[in-house]
Amino acid sequence: MSSAKSDALPPAYDVDASATVNEIRRFAESLLIPVGALAAALLLFGAFMALIGKNPLEVFILIYKGGFGSSFSWQNTLQRAAPLILTALCVALPAQAGLVMIGGEGALVLGGLGAAVAGSALSGAPAAVALAAMALTAMLVGAVWIAGCGALRHYRGVNETISSLLMAYIAIALFNHLVEGPLRDPRSLNKPSTLPIPDTHMLGTIPGLDVHWGLAIGVLACLILQIWVRRTVQGFAVRIVGGNVRAARLAGLPVGVLILIACALGGAMAGLAGMVEVAAVHGSANASLMAGYGYTGILVAFIARHNPMAIVPVALLLGGINASGGMLQRRLDLPDATALVLQGMAFMMVLASESLYGRFKIFQPKGP
Amino acid sequence: METSGLGWWGVLIAVIGGAIRISTPFLFVSLGECLTEKSGRINLGLEGTLVMGAMAAYGVSYMTGNPWLGVLVAGLAGLCLGILHGAVCGLPRVNDIAVGIGLMMLGTGFAFFLGKPFVQPKAPTLPAFQLGLWSDSPQIQAALQINVLFPTGIALALAMHWAFRNTRFGLIVRVVGDSADAARAMGYPVNSVRTLTTALGGFLAGVGGSFLSLYYPGSWNEGLSSGQGLMAVALVIFARWRPLHCFLAALLFGGASALGPALQSVGISAGYYLFNAAPYVLTLIIMIATCSTRRTLAGAPGELSVVR
Repeated sequence: MSSAKSDALPPAYDVDASATVNEIRRFAESLLIPVGALAAALLLFGAFMALIGKNPLEVFILIYKGGFGSSFSWQNTLQRAAPLILTALCVALPAQAGLVMIGGEGALVLGGLGAAVAGSALSGAPAAVALAAMALTAMLVGAVWIAGCGALRHYRGVNETISSLLMAYIAIALFNHLVEGPLRDPRSLNKPSTLPIPDTHMLGTIPGLDVHWGLAIGVLACLILQIWVRRTVQGFAVRIVGGNVRAARLAGLPVGVLILIACALGGAMAGLAGMVEVAAVHGSANASLMAGYGYTGILVAFIARHNPMAIVPVALLLGGINASGGMLQRRLDLPDATALVLQGMAFMMVLASESLYGRFKIFQPKGP
Repeated sequence: METSGLGWWGVLIAVIGGAIRISTPFLFVSLGECLTEKSGRINLGLEGTLVMGAMAAYGVSYMTGNPWLGVLVAGLAGLCLGILHGAVCGLPRVNDIAVGIGLMMLGTGFAFFLGKPFVQPKAPTLPAFQLGLWSDSPQIQAALQINVLFPTGIALALAMHWAFRNTRFGLIVRVVGDSADAARAMGYPVNSVRTLTTALGGFLAGVGGSFLSLYYPGSWNEGLSSGQGLMAVALVIFARWRPLHCFLAALLFGGASALGPALQSVGISAGYYLFNAAPYVLTLIIMIATCSTRRTLAGAPGELSVVR
């Protein structure tokens, strides 16, 4: 029972040496098809660049330099990867239960707001206590927000993709209302912000890496959630719900509770992304929090095929592409939406590549 | 304050005027989505199509000086995005909802990328009819300024209502949407029909986008659309896949969108952001009220994944 995707699996095969080979084949398939799709997207993007009169090679070299070329760009990439990892989990975990939840941006901004409020309220408390309170507040807010969409889906049949995106718009409106109104720091004149959290309560950097702890938090979260998804009974039950709701009901699983747990965990991670951004980068909740990490996280999760550990490398890649945006703007006079175009192409290619699974003989398990 | 003489009537007039003005893009997108969903497929990417249409219309209008050409090109841009959606969804094992999310990203990405040079310049916009000249009140006159696309949309809703019942094409679309197996058995190419309806739906959404940039608000910038395309998709569910109901729902949504600015004009600005969220909240409430887990929605195309 170690394999999950019941429909992707061939008829039962013996657990022997060939099983290992078959595992490798399946792993190679799930690695090479997305990589191929990304390569195709890059080619397409290069063609588009050539079409508008830029040298594609130059563009690719700049993306590489801006994202991974120097220690400074690596630092920039890693800073961006941290929230992407967490928001991607907000898509990947509900996806285990079969839900397409895309409202991570909403959980991120409200989580960040909650963290900022908690942080400034506890400015007298010890740093560890304040940081823990900030993280818990953010996770709670995010969990409630996304679990709400899950509950609407399960109990009312409201499509979660639409509702979660609507909830994201509502969250942003609520955020703007609170930050420019009741929660505004009167001293923040040009850029409305909440009261700042004290410097002593900021998340520091990982020693020797010059990147804030958010990255470590993200990687750790992926590791834990990978184990939860793949190696626990509850994670397995959630995947049954995602595979076939009717079968899950027949097996007596508490479908509603499992959906709520998966959504709440995902939302908590997106909220945590907001907390990391506030506590490690911005120092208070303001409009900078809405940098689109929630939306890019959707793409990260889809490329990673909702596999928590695969999210880490994909988030690094997309963090790097985002980080190179500034360099493309300065050197080649490309608009800042360039990254968005590349992301859109990558998204379409990865989705189209879904139809390739099972098409290549070399990846197919050989039965005894 | 201009409207203070009219007080709350001013708010009502502004909401009605806003309903007429703001509803047009909702109307076009929801009619396009209605056509697509009738064939059993959902295109969540119309938000991207809307933004793309707005950019294309504004760019073409600026470069050629002819806003009507802009409307046409906006439609064609939407058509291309629709074909892309249809083609990718036609591949086996590809989820139409996910493709919609991808298209949303791709459409806005292309629109922001290509639209960068058009943020500053002023392009010629679409003309309007003055239907309020009988009144001396400037508010009523402003409210009854109507763009040609609005009556066009109404005519289109009527035409679609008729066509779904009475034409060969309408019936084929409905068969494909209600049962792909039945359609295949009758020899109709399911994928081609769906790609065609998605493409036509994209065309309409593109035209809806041209209204945004060429009439109201009447300029191009990156914050032009904030979820109208998505709300229009939800609106189709509320309208139960009936074109005429799409029109009424679009009016309702237009009114809700006009509430924030209207209240601001009489000096109520305390909850500005909250009032601006009214359309999203309304959409959500309507979806909660109309959806149910126990029964399938009346009028829902049988093949549609979004209502199952």
